[in-house]
Amino acid sequence: MNGPHDLGGQMGFGPVAPEPNEPYFHAEWEKRALGITLSCGAFGAWNIDESRHARENIPPADYLGASYYEIWTRAVDMLLERHGFATAEELRSGHALEQGRVPKRVLKADMVDGALAKGGPCDRPLDTAPLFAVGDHVRTKNFNPTGHTRLPRYARAKIGVVEAVQGSFVFPDDNAHGRGENPQWVYTVVFDGVEIWGDGADPSLTVSIDAWESYLERM
Amino acid sequence: MSHDHSHDDDDHHHHHHDNHYSDMQARVKALETLLTEKGLIDPAAIDRIVETYETKVGPRNGAQVVAKAWSDPNFADWLRRDATAAIASLGFTGRQGEHMRAVFNTPETHNLIVCTLCSCYPWAVLGLPPVWYKAPAYRSRAVIDPRGVLAEFDLTLPQETKIRVWDSTAELRYLVIPERPAASEGMDEAALADLVSRDAMIGTALAKTPETAL
Repeated sequence: MNGPHDLGGQMGFGPVAPEPNEPYFHAEWEKRALGITLSCGAFGAWNIDESRHARENIPPADYLGASYYEIWTRAVDMLLERHGFATAEELRSGHALEQGRVPKRVLKADMVDGALAKGGPCDRPLDTAPLFAVGDHVRTKNFNPTGHTRLPRYARAKIGVVEAVQGSFVFPDDNAHGRGENPQWVYTVVFDGVEIWGDGADPSLTVSIDAWESYLERM
Repeated sequence: MSHDHSHDDDDHHHHHHDNHYSDMQARVKALETLLTEKGLIDPAAIDRIVETYETKVGPRNGAQVVAKAWSDPNFADWLRRDATAAIASLGFTGRQGEHMRAVFNTPETHNLIVCTLCSCYPWAVLGLPPVWYKAPAYRSRAVIDPRGVLAEFDLTLPQETKIRVWDSTAELRYLVIPERPAASEGMDEAALADLVSRDAMIGTALAKTPETAL
């Protein structure tokens, strides 16, 4: 979707402001928000693509006005309610009022090291051969889906070159919406800065994205 | 709560969420209470997650990868071919490091990593991302004005240096291998790793020289 998260090339956000000796967290609640988000992810009720979609569904003014862990927390609230683990009233009150859904697993302290070390690999074998090869010129499709996609707006309807075939991976545009993993080949596609940004672009700039096969068409 | 407002309030990209801090403290506390009452989370697991990312998983992992790549051509080749396996051989695996790719700076080309869509970042080798990496200013401009962004990190590259920006739009996580600095011959891997900052592995800095690292 063309949500507030799709920031590449937008203007007006001011300079980047690196902090000297920046801490990992700026408040105690940020630590808890990280841990709650990872713990709820361990339920196995939703996947990373649905999580990302929940975040990009936050209304633009709220998204752009929120810190990152605030965005995460809003998305977790939404997911807990959507999947029946908590009601809106419980989330408002901060107390349990009914049983709710029981998750496949609850992340206990002694499971944390193993869960973090395992991660969530999303490569999936495919029987079909990749449609494109290294060196092929491809055009990204021009589409504006209302659902989740990982093709940024700035890289739509642009001509680039396939630099690498990266393997086959879960397709987020389907997986975010419960339509299955439907793996596809993923390619690193390189664009000249001028192709993307036009007149005035830095002539020494190239930008690459990792694009699922259905985002691309042959030139 | 000792870290509240411990940062520089003049940083413009923070002021807008400072107002929410007290709200968010209450809100997240309520959420943790609710989920604990329902048996859905274990507060000790949250402690363990935070402890892991505060003390175990951080940029020193990535610096070891870079130092080994500088010291061992076979390892560097392995990194180019299969970064996931090469990095795993040093014990750095797991969440947000499941699929890794290493990109090497050269005298001609400088690499810069961003995720314009969210905050994809190689946790297994760099730990949790800094606030600026997740903030709109960096995510919006890294792809359109990388030289301007680099200047804000006090890094000015020659005009003839090509800039290659990698937008992390899929599940591959990138690690920049900076160029080995001059006058670092004879240094062992531990000393070399001290020359490698987190920013150098994102591409917003170069490796330190042995003089500037002192």
